[in-house]
Amino acid sequence: MADATVNGPHANAAVSPRGAKPTRRLSGRNIMIYGTLAVVCLYYLLPLWVMVMTSLKGMPEVRLGNIFAPPLEMTFQPWVKAWAEACTGLNCDGLSRGFWNSVRITVPSVIVSIFVASVNGYALINWRFKGSEVFFTILIFGSFIPYQVMLYPMVVMLRELGLYGSLTGLVLVHTIFGMPILTLLFRNYFASMPEELFKAARVDGAGFWRIYFHIMLPMSLPIFVVALILQVTGIWNDFLFGVVFISKAENYPMTVQLNNIVNSVQGVKEYNVNMAATMLTGLVPLIIYFISGKLFVRGIAAGAVKG
Amino acid sequence: MATPARKSRVFRNLNAKIAAVPMIFCSMVVFLGFSIWTVVYSFTSSKLLPKANFVGFDQYERLWSNSRWLVSIENLMVFGSLSLIFTIVMGFTLAVLMDQKIRFEDTFRTIMLYPFALSFIVTGLVWQWVLNPDFGIQGIVRGWGWESFAFDPLNNPKLVLYGLLIAALWQGTGFVMALMLAGLRGIDEDIWKATRVDGIPTWKTYIVVIIPMMRPVFITTLVLVAAGIIKLYDLVIAQTSGGPGNASQVPAMYVYSYMFQAQNLGQGFAASTMMLLSVLIVLIPWAYLEFGGKKHG
Repeated sequence: MADATVNGPHANAAVSPRGAKPTRRLSGRNIMIYGTLAVVCLYYLLPLWVMVMTSLKGMPEVRLGNIFAPPLEMTFQPWVKAWAEACTGLNCDGLSRGFWNSVRITVPSVIVSIFVASVNGYALINWRFKGSEVFFTILIFGSFIPYQVMLYPMVVMLRELGLYGSLTGLVLVHTIFGMPILTLLFRNYFASMPEELFKAARVDGAGFWRIYFHIMLPMSLPIFVVALILQVTGIWNDFLFGVVFISKAENYPMTVQLNNIVNSVQGVKEYNVNMAATMLTGLVPLIIYFISGKLFVRGIAAGAVKG
Repeated sequence: MATPARKSRVFRNLNAKIAAVPMIFCSMVVFLGFSIWTVVYSFTSSKLLPKANFVGFDQYERLWSNSRWLVSIENLMVFGSLSLIFTIVMGFTLAVLMDQKIRFEDTFRTIMLYPFALSFIVTGLVWQWVLNPDFGIQGIVRGWGWESFAFDPLNNPKLVLYGLLIAALWQGTGFVMALMLAGLRGIDEDIWKATRVDGIPTWKTYIVVIIPMMRPVFITTLVLVAAGIIKLYDLVIAQTSGGPGNASQVPAMYVYSYMFQAQNLGQGFAASTMMLLSVLIVLIPWAYLEFGGKKHG
């Protein structure tokens, strides 16, 4: 912290000229800033710390007391149990089942929703037709409608199609409700690409799909990555659709199974196993978050960018 | 392309129209159609299956005399206003602190934002454990010798909303901070220079100049956060399951249990229509400000 006062403001100003402030070297001000931020970070880090520590203790040690203390005897048994043995109802094969269900739900949902939305965004920018903007506006406003309003008609529709309770049905649901944000994301990105590119390709006789696959897609890989991050975390973390549109408990996604394991009223509570299970469920989005860094911020901020 | 006599306008850009079919389907059938369907059927006496025998406002009368619904609405109001105020104040304050050319900015940002990547289920379960009366914060402070210390929000009907609030703020403020920080970075350097020349103190510049300039960011944040609060569901399910008793019920839980568990569809539809109405109350003034303003400016 000491060198922050010495070469902080000036050194940084050369790198990033954003939001300049008067450069005071008063340490009182810096102590306040860093002190506040440190306290805030404690609030943010505490649950993660507690979660990991609890999951590495044996039950006797958990019962003894301090949830903040690191384990005296470290054990990975709770993780093994959470992954392979934890029970929901009659199934006792652990969270691994939910994990693979979530994988089976997330992978196709992400691919289908991104493909449909990107083609749609491309059509909105380069192949406008009468009324396309009206539909788009309804789509964006529709994203604010609480899902609860559309849940039952959706169940009816899927039942009519014979897809209720199936994986395909859930993929369809994720694709539909991912449309607004993804279309917005792609539409805005394609709008920023030079129009001459598209025109030149048209003059050369390239059609709708050719331009999409040979020009738009290769040129907009960053936004595809942003969409990927957004969708993988969003769909992985979904709970409501999993509960409503999956009818058999053995097909439940990881979040639903996790909730059933931890909040079940039967049996003795094994807090260490519960925390290991919670950690396991959070691991996928956390890994994505730490790998993707600033792209993640861009992805979540996309919801706030207005068309 | 070279079809003779260029058939009709319908077939122009046929591929693009095919590509837009999902969007048209989503906007017209799902968002518009399904919502209207639900609103219409909220005026029927549907029980197990949707039936079109209309009973006027009966479902709404029943809804608004149901104590569980009234508790949900009250909870939503209290939780909603507290969490709006706290997320925005905290988010803005943190963004201002982050904007002071501090070191380790990326580290701080990473720490504040990681909970946002986690699901509400994970958030709820972690905080359920941290707030556990026997092993969590209360237990530890008692272990230090302060035997009468009481901090057990999740089992106290009067405090349970604050327990939820602690978890919700943990998950969401980082995101609001990121939005606000982007807004602060978007403010012209010259503004700061001008206020400095005029000798206006920094704190006053923020209140008098910067916050009014960031109005669009605040409004967007407000709408996003408010829309999220109305949908609040997973967090409550994971952290308290609506308890103790009915103390932390929220409208989304009411809808779910009447629609899919109690098989009283009419009530579910009426309750979800009320949710839609509350979103519209947030959304319409915003749309008016956003798009009504553009025409004049």
